[in-house]
Amino acid sequence: MAKPTDDHEISRRELLEGAGATLAAVATVSALEAQPAAAQSVTTNDTVPRTTIRVAVNGMRHRIEVEDRWTLAELLRDRLGLTGTKLGCERGECGACTVLLDGTPVYSCSHLAVWADGRSVQTVEGLARDGRLDPLQQTFAEHDAPQCGFCTSGQLMSARALLNANPHPTADDVRAAMAGNLCRCSNYNRYVEAILAAAASPRSRG
Amino acid sequence: MKSFTNANPRDVAHAVALSAQAHGANRSVSFAGGGSDLLALVKDRIVAPDVIVNLKTVKGLDQVAAAPGGLTVGALVTLDALDRHPVVRRDHAALAEAAGSVATPQIRNVGTIGGNICQRPWCWYYRNGFPCLKNGGNTCFSANGENQFHAIFGGGPSYIVHPSDTAPALVALDATFRVVGPAGERMVPAAEFFILPRDDAKRENVLAPDEILASVHVPAARRGTRSTYHKILDREAWTHAVVSAAIVLELEGGVCRLARIVLGGVAPVPWRVPEAERVLVGQRITPELAAQAGEAAVSGARPLAKNGYKVPLTRNLVRRTLVELAARA
Ligand SMILES: Cc1cc2nc3c(=O)[nH]c(=O)nc-3n(C[C@H](O)[C@H](O)[C@H](O)COP(=O)(O)OP(=O)(O)OC[C@H]3O[C@@H](n4cnc5c(N)ncnc54)[C@H](O)[C@@H]3O)c2cc1C
Ligand code: FES
Ligand code: FES
Repeated sequence: MAKPTDDHEISRRELLEGAGATLAAVATVSALEAQPAAAQSVTTNDTVPRTTIRVAVNGMRHRIEVEDRWTLAELLRDRLGLTGTKLGCERGECGACTVLLDGTPVYSCSHLAVWADGRSVQTVEGLARDGRLDPLQQTFAEHDAPQCGFCTSGQLMSARALLNANPHPTADDVRAAMAGNLCRCSNYNRYVEAILAAAASPRSRG
Repeated sequence: MKSFTNANPRDVAHAVALSAQAHGANRSVSFAGGGSDLLALVKDRIVAPDVIVNLKTVKGLDQVAAAPGGLTVGALVTLDALDRHPVVRRDHAALAEAAGSVATPQIRNVGTIGGNICQRPWCWYYRNGFPCLKNGGNTCFSANGENQFHAIFGGGPSYIVHPSDTAPALVALDATFRVVGPAGERMVPAAEFFILPRDDAKRENVLAPDEILASVHVPAARRGTRSTYHKILDREAWTHAVVSAAIVLELEGGVCRLARIVLGGVAPVPWRVPEAERVLVGQRITPELAAQAGEAAVSGARPLAKNGYKVPLTRNLVRRTLVELAARA
């Protein structure tokens, strides 16, 4: 069922295939005590639309078939095995899933994998080079920034995007750039210190 | 997530055609800008599209074009791009500030102006799947329920507040929206785009099912015009306004010639307060006058059981924002 994404028309066959799903959808909206199973029972694997995309992840180019409904986080974690990207809330409310899409931090839980077609993704696994930690990884460790560590890969990606754009940020710049990453262990001050320390280190551009 | 087909249109007409084609085959359709609102609704089964028409592949919709008559902002321009755009910052500060106040950097990097304007309500009853008016039911649970964050103006039968930060700014800046559908396009003033629940409780704007918001036109700022957007949150970042105010003032020799004050977070649509604007026109904006305008702004407020605190918050926000804006160089 792989289809090129460049000029993607909805084929008549797909339209017909989806008719059953529509009935389930209507049922879900009108009866909100909804049985989650009802929506899925008509969605067997065969009728799940898939698309083949091209995406570069940490510099490695992939041509890969994804389900249209997969989030970028699902592609990274479940298909490519890059479990350094964490899922906390699945709702754009915590930041644990932050990755760089064409260099810009985004929540990979709130972005479809198919939308990453033709783009490049960087995850926490792509930070260390040739066995050398990114300066941010180094200073995060030195400043005891991670406590439980669950938010850390997301914090690293936001911090990496900040230092790429602004190698010498002020503490306020850092706080603004990190506003989309929660830390349940509440080690915010250490994260800010560690990022400023990385910026001051001789090889700050990872 | 529920299964669906992602469709990538080439241009606006193609996007509209794909939507109409899918509807013709009895499939449900959602348009996606950045998806930061839509995907959460799909995960929570509040909307259940069979087809997502991904507007990100529409060429040219992510451009800001500056011309003598004003700015044309494509629906796909991100909030981050608006916040950074030099002409938007210089001539239409309220819009740049509103865009920059949304959520977090990650959401502003993907969130589009079109999606920001068309986002669905964030009322907790709606988002948690209660069978409320917005979900096709016949009750608004907030009317007699947990209504801390609900409307103090224009409510009934639903008491949602319009969640968009950029919408009040665009109404204050007298913007016009270009809407494209199967029958062609129409221009809708921002002030007429949003609709009250008493007119249709199921939707928040005039868009018909196959119509998209294609671009936003912001008229050139007149001489002596300044604008700002102030937002009060229950924490420092990452959430919608409890109360916000977009204010545009035209001053000539220190005297107010024109004022547009539009409130966010307090009504089901961006809420303009002409009562407060009238206090200002023809006058110098002193702290006393600003306080009178603040009083006038809340004169029509009808708070619910648990949101009375929004009345003084709104009054003081209007006063403070006016004083600060009038003093700007
Ligand atoms: C944790 C969190 C905090 C948030 N905080 C804020 C906040 O402080 N302020 C704020 O304003 N918003 C906030 N939002 C809401 C929202 O994510 C942003 O407003 C964002 O700008 C939405 O844009 P998008 O392009 O991602 O929208 P999408 O999710 O793509 O679309 C939103 C809705 O609009 C429709 N739509 C999108 N584009 C068009 C178009 N061109 N024509 C017709 N319909 C269209 C979609 O079908 C969908 O129903 C928040 C969201 C989250 C998850
Ligand atoms: S998992 Fe994506 S923001 Fe929380
Ligand atoms: S280190 Fe535990 S959540 Fe941040």
